[in-house]
Amino acid sequence: MTRDEIFSKVRDVLVDALAVDEEDVKPQSRLTTDLGAESIDFLDIVFKLEQQFGFKIAQGELFPENVAQDPEYVKDGKVTPKGITALKARLPHADFSKFEADPQIAKVAEVFTVDALVTFVERKLAAK
Amino acid sequence: MRWMWIDRVLELVPRQKLVAIKHVSLAEEHLHDHFAATPGRDALPVMPASLIIEGCAQTAGILVGHAEDFREKVILAKVGKFEISRDAFPGQTLRYTATIQQMDKVGAATTTAIELMDHTAAGAPSIAAIGRIDLIFSHLDNNMSGEKFPEHNFVFGEGFKTLLRSSGVAGTW
Repeated sequence: MTRDEIFSKVRDVLVDALAVDEEDVKPQSRLTTDLGAESIDFLDIVFKLEQQFGFKIAQGELFPENVAQDPEYVKDGKVTPKGITALKARLPHADFSKFEADPQIAKVAEVFTVDALVTFVERKLAAK
Repeated sequence: MRWMWIDRVLELVPRQKLVAIKHVSLAEEHLHDHFAATPGRDALPVMPASLIIEGCAQTAGILVGHAEDFREKVILAKVGKFEISRDAFPGQTLRYTATIQQMDKVGAATTTAIELMDHTAAGAPSIAAIGRIDLIFSHLDNNMSGEKFPEHNFVFGEGFKTLLRSSGVAGTW
């Protein structure tokens, strides 16, 4: 499956899960800020990606969990360098370059762009 | 019984399917307001769609809760697509068939088919498919934010257990 084909299917998933218009879903769109996703939508997206692409996504594999609860990873509302290293290792599909400049935990969800989802699916399909 | 919008469980296939019914009754007070007569228009007592959604959520929620022996606090987290094509009138029966599409530690995705049973003088009711709804449930203690909730399972109270018992569903919960 080409990256364009994956994008098109990921877009269908997001249109369905988030009730957004097709033209609003662009590679750089952030799921939360741009497309209005809330935390429960992430579970919906995981389920719908599993159905669409026929693979299983483990808990925490696509979106991080409990990062804010770990004092080693978060200090004074910001993700520590150690936390960023851990996040990068756990979530290789996401681009943390912008986040690193201002690593507020409240903004961590912004690394989840449509492009990150496409990369995630691409990696999963390649590993199949 | 408090806020129960299904009357009886007809069938339970653990982790797969739960069928429940709701009789629409003119004794239910809300039907008299939904919709009351106005000058120029007769009263139109019909089951509110919002309460049909609640009934579907209870049907699917019990199925999801039963899958883990009611240890999880199962809460309705998201209403996906909801379609309904006909009204349900007093004396008719709504039948909800909930199925689990996907389930993991965090929650479950379900679909519920909505049918309308219209009772006839001749005997067996006619049954028509009138809608469906997709609902997502969250296992509250496995929420993504890691937030903690009271240990006591406040979701599945006595009302649900009484419903299951009176429907003949055996269990140890």
